[in-house]
Amino acid sequence: MIKAVMVMNTQGKPRLAKFFDYLPVEKQQELIRRVFGVLCSRPENVSNFIEAELVRLQDSRLVYNHFATLYFVVVFDSSENELAMLDLIQLLGQQTLERCFKNVCELDIVFNYSKIHTILDEIILGGQVLETRSTEIMRAVEEISKLEAATNAISFIPKSASSWLSR
Amino acid sequence: MGSQGGFYQSKEFLDLVKSIGEARSKAEEDRIVLSEIETLKRRISEPDTPKRKMKEYIIRLVYVEMLGHDASFGYIHAVKMTHDDTLLVKRTGYLAVTLFLNEDHDLIILIVNTIQKDLKSDNYLVVCVALNAVCKLINEETIPAVLPQIVELLAHPKEAVRKKAIMALYRFYQKSPSSVSHLVSNFRKRLCDNDPGVMGATLCPLFDLITNDVNSYKDLVISFVSILKQVAERRLPKAYDYHQMPAPFIQIKLLKILALLGSGDKQASENMYTVVGDIFRKCDSSSNIGNAVLYECICCVSSIYPNPKLLESAADAISRFLKSDSHNLKYMGIDALGRLIKISPEIAEQHQLAVIDCLEDPDDTLKRKTFELLYKMTKSTNVEVIVDRMIDYMISINDNHYKTEIASRCVELAEQFAPSNQWFIQTMNKVFEHAGDLVNIKVAHNLMRLIAEGFGEDDNTADSQLRSSAVESYLYILGEPKLPSVFLQVICWVLGEYGTADGKYSASYITGKLCDVAEAYSNDETVKAYAVTALMKIYAFEIAAGRMVDMLPECHSLMEEFLASHSTDLQQRAYELQAVIGLDAHAVESIMPSDASCEDIEVDKALSFLNGYIQESIEKGAQPYIPESERSGMLNISNFRNQDHHEASSHGLRFEAYELPKQTVQARIPPASLASTELVPVPEPVYPRESYQTTTVPSVSSDAASTELKLRLDGVQKKWGRQTHFPSTSTSNSTSQKTVNGITQVDGSNTANSRTRETYDSRKQVEISPEKQKLAASLFGGPSKTEKKSATGHKSSKPSSHMVKSHAPKSSMEVASEKTSPVQQPPDLLDFGEPTVKSTAPSLDPFKDLEGLLEPTTQVSSAVNHSSTAAVTKSPDIMGLYTETPAGAHHKDSDILSGLSNSPMTNMVGGTTTMQVAQSSKSPNLKDSLEKDALVRQMGVTPSSQNPNLFKDLLG
Repeated sequence: MIKAVMVMNTQGKPRLAKFFDYLPVEKQQELIRRVFGVLCSRPENVSNFIEAELVRLQDSRLVYNHFATLYFVVVFDSSENELAMLDLIQLLGQQTLERCFKNVCELDIVFNYSKIHTILDEIILGGQVLETRSTEIMRAVEEISKLEAATNAISFIPKSASSWLSR
Repeated sequence: MGSQGGFYQSKEFLDLVKSIGEARSKAEEDRIVLSEIETLKRRISEPDTPKRKMKEYIIRLVYVEMLGHDASFGYIHAVKMTHDDTLLVKRTGYLAVTLFLNEDHDLIILIVNTIQKDLKSDNYLVVCVALNAVCKLINEETIPAVLPQIVELLAHPKEAVRKKAIMALYRFYQKSPSSVSHLVSNFRKRLCDNDPGVMGATLCPLFDLITNDVNSYKDLVISFVSILKQVAERRLPKAYDYHQMPAPFIQIKLLKILALLGSGDKQASENMYTVVGDIFRKCDSSSNIGNAVLYECICCVSSIYPNPKLLESAADAISRFLKSDSHNLKYMGIDALGRLIKISPEIAEQHQLAVIDCLEDPDDTLKRKTFELLYKMTKSTNVEVIVDRMIDYMISINDNHYKTEIASRCVELAEQFAPSNQWFIQTMNKVFEHAGDLVNIKVAHNLMRLIAEGFGEDDNTADSQLRSSAVESYLYILGEPKLPSVFLQVICWVLGEYGTADGKYSASYITGKLCDVAEAYSNDETVKAYAVTALMKIYAFEIAAGRMVDMLPECHSLMEEFLASHSTDLQQRAYELQAVIGLDAHAVESIMPSDASCEDIEVDKALSFLNGYIQESIEKGAQPYIPESERSGMLNISNFRNQDHHEASSHGLRFEAYELPKQTVQARIPPASLASTELVPVPEPVYPRESYQTTTVPSVSSDAASTELKLRLDGVQKKWGRQTHFPSTSTSNSTSQKTVNGITQVDGSNTANSRTRETYDSRKQVEISPEKQKLAASLFGGPSKTEKKSATGHKSSKPSSHMVKSHAPKSSMEVASEKTSPVQQPPDLLDFGEPTVKSTAPSLDPFKDLEGLLEPTTQVSSAVNHSSTAAVTKSPDIMGLYTETPAGAHHKDSDILSGLSNSPMTNMVGGTTTMQVAQSSKSPNLKDSLEKDALVRQMGVTPSSQNPNLFKDLLG
């Protein structure tokens, strides 16, 4: 099963953390720090896998990918396929988020926290990959978005966060 | 952003995120977050906060908690939000609680009711949200509260709901299999769901179920194969395609399941060959996900019953992976290769170069994976290359955790496959030098023992060559600054033991070096202690050789320092050294014999030399010692009677013998139990115990035994409340022998029981043993798949050719190497030691009874008895002799055996008697084997260098 999905920026700040097995907050933080420590020491153009021993995890594997200023990390156990997990990141990071936010950037993830969690909940449930059709994921997200739009008339947020806070 | 759904966010939140993003330091960030927490705390508890505001606060709380700060004050508000009627607020509430709470949190109880209600909602979105929460928050105790609704939802018209309901049920299964055991059939049913998504979801629980119990799902093989076939043939809707692959995640899950079902099952595997072959062909190896499926195919092929054609396809795929430029694919290739070589070892050869390339790769992950593969591939022909590489890598890395692991692997491989002693010592030196503080101390002990014992060859010159080369290399290494403590201990020991042995180096040179070590590492007391002892040995050898001892001035000052040391251990050693130097050659020779590290030190654990003293004291009226085990246990006497009954009924032969003791026991019980109520708890458990013991021990009924029993009980009776069986010790020498035996048996009453059973089963065992031997042979000699095993087998067979050796440790080496063999029962032991002894043991008992008064024979019989227990007990560690007290049975083993060790005559007698009795003995030189057996046990050496299990604790 998938144990956790983490998104952090290249400075090591967590942007999203979803743990499918409960971990106390301190442990989560520790893990994120360790993972980042390993990630930033990895050279370019190497494999996308990390030995779980490096981050002191038992019976786990880690796959990460790098989009723009973000690291996407998936932690899972031996019952998942590494390459498939890499594709899952692709699916999450590139396809779905791109579709949702046109040009995905770090702040989109922070500001749309609940939306991203919704997306993740669609794809992964109880640590298992449940849905990989991005059309289906989008449909589910839009259904909720419609509801949101109906209840919230006003948006206080400028059109694009990235336009005024470019990184 | 926000453009699409208009997820509501305020300016404040934006500012918060912005300022955190711009924070220059962790402290600054913390300050910002803490003030945010203050704000939130205030606002959130204000009455009449509008819902949408509240929603935002909760999201901000989630964010704050993700940054690692405590947001527990807001949990209750998140819980409240789940009760809300509007879907949006409810969603946020559920999201927050799933992130905040774990299943055992106190607040969960407040949510269960809401979840129950929401699961019944008409709006499927509400149901979905509730199901998400169910997956995360319901624990074992609350499962029954929602289970009925979940089961109902399995038939929900919306596929998204069905899918999630299955996952919820699966989570329940994970958390408490028993709670849903009656619902497991639902997973099978849902496998036929007409929605592929739901079908795919059921594969997850089925995978788990099949992992736990393969056999009850064998009937599904056909279904899985046909589903996989349909998927591979693109019968699913186009929407399930992903990068032009049809439903790859479903394919992967199915292949994993098939791998489980086909493992070791030829019939089931045959059903799979076609479809797996199809997928091999159809897979698009240009996309990542295509390769994922390919990799899964390889895993499947290497797990199911082997098929040559598929193995070929798998090998092709692996070579494509390894040749690829992508590191990911190389990594997968190495992993797949590791799986496939278990079945067809020859394919590794083709890829040697590619594997070596991966070793050179800058990617650390890939490198480690490759070392793992190499570790699996190591055999005696390639061990040098591989271990050298490993050591180089070990030196280059900084991560202590991994360094430890790789060091222990080096040691393990070197011990298993070392081509020569020289190489072994050099390798160990390197490991110690670079990772000395990380390796287990046992490794050092092993190395010392190896140097002391040699490699078990009869060739003494080779051994001494080994030692002098070790000495030489250590003298050289001592030039290096900063050596690890463990390594220094080894060096000191070897220098002390063998530094002057070959006459190449003078005593003053070696002692000078040792003093240097003690000075240079003055804060390491263990090293200093080793150095002092080494000095003592060198001086002792010098004195014994009749040379004048001339203590170096630095040695003198060192001694002065140690004599006043705070460490009592160091002080003691220094005083000992001083004392030794003052002795004459003859005395020194006997306390510090040269090259005697392998000789046995006799430890009289029974402290028999104190017997006279004890007797004297008892005569003066002192209280005798009562063993602790017999002091407090208020043993249930009826229990013993029951046991006696049981014994009697199970072994017809002994039936008569038990009649007497039973009566005596009964006769004694009333006073005993009475006494126990009268608060004299200490001694009386002894009586039942003793009577029990005596009944079991002289198992073959004899009048002598029973009369003796009566006698003894009477004696006890007289000395009411005081005496145990010890007083009888004072009667005469021969009887004391007997009682000692009796005690032995009592203490090891378990072993005694098992032994008697064993003797009864002995015939059966003899019948089985050829079968076991066959198994051993097939594992060793046959076309075995793993080199490692066959190599060890080869090793173990080698030393067994010369069986009897004057040098005890060598035979211990044999045992050690035998222990490595994959079959638990060491074949050699099976061959001569064990079966013969077993068959003789029962027939020897009468001897014992008849000749019980003769001292030597008693010893022999007991020795034989002990060798029969050998199968059960393991001989204690040599180091353990000093550090730990071996428990129970072997305790006594070593006692009596050590008493025996110096009388080869008795041994001979034992051997011949067994020869006479055991006519069905298999081995021609039974005597030798027996002797050897005794020697081995007497040595008390455990599996040494050759045992792969030794490093389990290191590998974690």
